[in-house]
Amino acid sequence: MSIDWQSFRLTIELALVVSAILFAVGLPLGWWIAFSRWRWKFFVEALVALPIVLPPTVLGFYVLVALGSQSPLGRWWQSLTGHTLAFTFSGLVIGSILYSLPFAVQPFAASFSSVDRKLLAASATLGASPLRTFFRVVVPLSVPGLVTGVVLAFAHTMGEFGVVLMIGGNIPGVTRTASISIYDQVQASNYASANAMALLLLIFCFAVLTVVYALNRRTPNQKLWTIDPAK
Amino acid sequence: MATSVETKLANSNLSASVRKTFLSAEREFSLDVAFVAAPGFTILFGASGSGKTTLLDCVAGLTTPNAGRIAVGERVLFDAETHENIPVAKRRVGYVLQDLALFPHLTVVRNTEYGLAHLPRATRKERAAAMLHEFRIDHMRQQRPAEISGGERQRVALARALVTDPCVLLLDEPLAALDGATKAKIIDDLRHWNEAHRIPILYVTHNREEVLALGERVLVMEQGRIIAQGTPHEVLSAPLQETVAQLAGFENIFDAAVWLVHEDRGTITCRLSADKPGQFVLLETPLIRAEMGSRVRIGIRAGDILLAVVKPEGLSARNVIAGQIISVERRDMIVSARVDCGITMEVHLTLAARDALHLAAGRDVWLVIKTHSCHLMRGSSSQFPVLGSQ
Repeated sequence: MSIDWQSFRLTIELALVVSAILFAVGLPLGWWIAFSRWRWKFFVEALVALPIVLPPTVLGFYVLVALGSQSPLGRWWQSLTGHTLAFTFSGLVIGSILYSLPFAVQPFAASFSSVDRKLLAASATLGASPLRTFFRVVVPLSVPGLVTGVVLAFAHTMGEFGVVLMIGGNIPGVTRTASISIYDQVQASNYASANAMALLLLIFCFAVLTVVYALNRRTPNQKLWTIDPAK
Repeated sequence: MATSVETKLANSNLSASVRKTFLSAEREFSLDVAFVAAPGFTILFGASGSGKTTLLDCVAGLTTPNAGRIAVGERVLFDAETHENIPVAKRRVGYVLQDLALFPHLTVVRNTEYGLAHLPRATRKERAAAMLHEFRIDHMRQQRPAEISGGERQRVALARALVTDPCVLLLDEPLAALDGATKAKIIDDLRHWNEAHRIPILYVTHNREEVLALGERVLVMEQGRIIAQGTPHEVLSAPLQETVAQLAGFENIFDAAVWLVHEDRGTITCRLSADKPGQFVLLETPLIRAEMGSRVRIGIRAGDILLAVVKPEGLSARNVIAGQIISVERRDMIVSARVDCGITMEVHLTLAARDALHLAAGRDVWLVIKTHSCHLMRGSSSQFPVLGSQ
């Protein structure tokens, strides 16, 4: 029995990079979805939600095609770096971002739009720009939603399989993630190793979620933020 | 020197003409008003849904009018013709929203400093501290809005808006949720602030006491229009519109026709159709310029009517009407009696009066109403000027 520490580390790295990027991308995208009055907004919302229902292999297939040397994006990347995006860690990151996008953006947008519009109006009358209003009012009041979004994106990336297999293949230290490693062990009838790896992943994910939800359980403080009309 | 002060005052008037139409599935609402508000309190008075808040939103820039022009002195905030529309954040309009909209995650002092972000830190601290002191909330500077009382939150909201040194102040029912004593203290503080700064203040309320306590000028709104304006006394004590009458607290409002005009004694007699067909009640009211037979509406405050258990004699009051008590109901510290005298009249009495006269349902009584307690007003269809002074 041996634990594939390399793939375990790689998975955590991938999940960290992806959730960090999704946090940065999710703020403006969530803001736009929450506050835009563009008539075709629903189209963008549907697009963002697509990875929730799409089979990972379908998403993985198209990302693979888009990243490959036949596509403009793939050619541009190749001319820049000398190699293709497919079967690299960077390619894996791109695929995972698309795959986990809704898990970050939807909680973000939901908590942004639940902020009382009157607070936004008050902020504007006090001379604040929309950007300042966003960072001084909307974001602080959306902390629970932001934490939820980042955690879901992280957890979702930790456990992904189909997309990784399609665009990353199975290169040790580069694209072989924990879930692929487990699949390999099972294929090789190496159940003890598969079990060790699966258990490790299970304990790690559970620990992360427990810590985050415990930290996010600042409900006494949250309650302070909502004004009791009876008072 | 005097001229420069006058110029400054003249230049800080808020002048607004606003037209805004909302179309929704349930109703169509249109706001169409034009007015000039000089520095000091201008009360916007009207029932809910009359467009007061929409008007404030237009001045603040939160709602864009379909047409019109809004300016403070020479400074144009909005002009539909020149397509000028200064963004909310650049208007320098202080706005205390109806439910205050204090930032729940910020302390009292951070809330107060919020609108001062453009100033250096030291100036910001200094100005916020002075304002907190002026509104007597400096002892709770580190508390969050949810930890302080309603009256204190009200003060924070006012301080937050006023500290930015706005050129217009908009207050949307700022004291609606407060008890009388707290209200009176805040009104005092607001008055002081106003005396020192003199900017136009639009103050929305449908509370009569606030109108009388604060108002230098009252605009009465109904269905998106200004239907009356004047000093609080003019508007509230002799209301010509039925809406104003209801807001001003006329419990008894009756349709009537002019029956006899007594120009010599300065009164007219009005005929009120009774509840039973064929019968009527006559009331002597102040003289108005009206044709015999024309339709009028009469408002009488329940507190202005006297009740007697024997027929009173030797009174100056011109209206003494026989009736029978239908019901006697206690409301807090007053007693409301409904009396059938051909029409149903509401009369307010003290508890002591009820007990001394043994008033109860079924009792025969006399109603005594002074001529000048009968307020004639303009109904929706008829119009007439009031003769002489009130």
